[in-house]
Amino acid sequence: MMVGLSHYLTVAAILFTIGIFGIFLNRKNVIIIMMSVELMLLAVNINLVAFSTALNDLVGQVFALLVLTVAAAEAAIGLAILVTYFRNRGTIAVDDITLMKG
Amino acid sequence: MAATLFFYLFSALAVASAVMVITARNPVHSVLFLILCFFNAAGLFILMGAEFLAMILVVVYVGAVAVLFLFVVMMLDVDFVKLREGMASYLPVGGIIGLIVLVELALLFGTWAISPEAIKAAAAPANAATMTNTAALGEILYTKYIYWFQASGMILLVAMVGAIVLTLRHKEGVKRQSIAAQVARTPATAVEIRKVEPGQGI
Repeated sequence: MMVGLSHYLTVAAILFTIGIFGIFLNRKNVIIIMMSVELMLLAVNINLVAFSTALNDLVGQVFALLVLTVAAAEAAIGLAILVTYFRNRGTIAVDDITLMKG
Repeated sequence: MAATLFFYLFSALAVASAVMVITARNPVHSVLFLILCFFNAAGLFILMGAEFLAMILVVVYVGAVAVLFLFVVMMLDVDFVKLREGMASYLPVGGIIGLIVLVELALLFGTWAISPEAIKAAAAPANAATMTNTAALGEILYTKYIYWFQASGMILLVAMVGAIVLTLRHKEGVKRQSIAAQVARTPATAVEIRKVEPGQGI
């Protein structure tokens, strides 16, 4: 049985679902939530590259490259915010981030 | 045959390590499993013929993003056991939502098909016979998609500046070089001429 487009899409779908599940499972831990987001972005990248190969069109890989860039920037900014928040409050529990609540 | 074998190996390891990322007791283990997951995804990319993206995935995700995560996890002095409290109570809701998303994706799989026009309308057809993946990607990235490329560079620059601005702290009482003060010195303020008597010193 040859490995085709649908195989890669299935793997990407499973990874994406694990990412969503991880966000709900670790609702208190911001670091794990960010890792789940990275997993979801990875699943999206697998999708883009799979379609790029299946349709013989390189633009999908350019898209994947841009998604990768944004993911790296997002991780850098997110972790910087996390470090600053930890310095100010001494905790990273999501439940405690209610400073702007009216 | 070997490609099929490697596909199942890489995808099984990627999914298993992704599960470990979200369930691991220790966040450091989570990050290490995330690195394993990225490596296996890079293997999948190579199987799909996207060698350049596979290498970029290893360099950028494993070399930069995952190490950044590792650095932050180790730097923050957080009681991670306390953060895991109530995980069991989130399990049913999360499981239901995850299942719904999976079913939605599966339903999508069952119905869709690529239209024949879409295959003909490729914006940048890859020709694997004449050019390597990296060369072909560079050929369109630096010409047709140069503005997107520049925009991603700007995004990275803004992210870098933002991260530095957010985390940089100037400590009080640290002596630093002041070039302006050094340049502004004149012989009158810097040099003093003394008459030294023989045998006495200053």
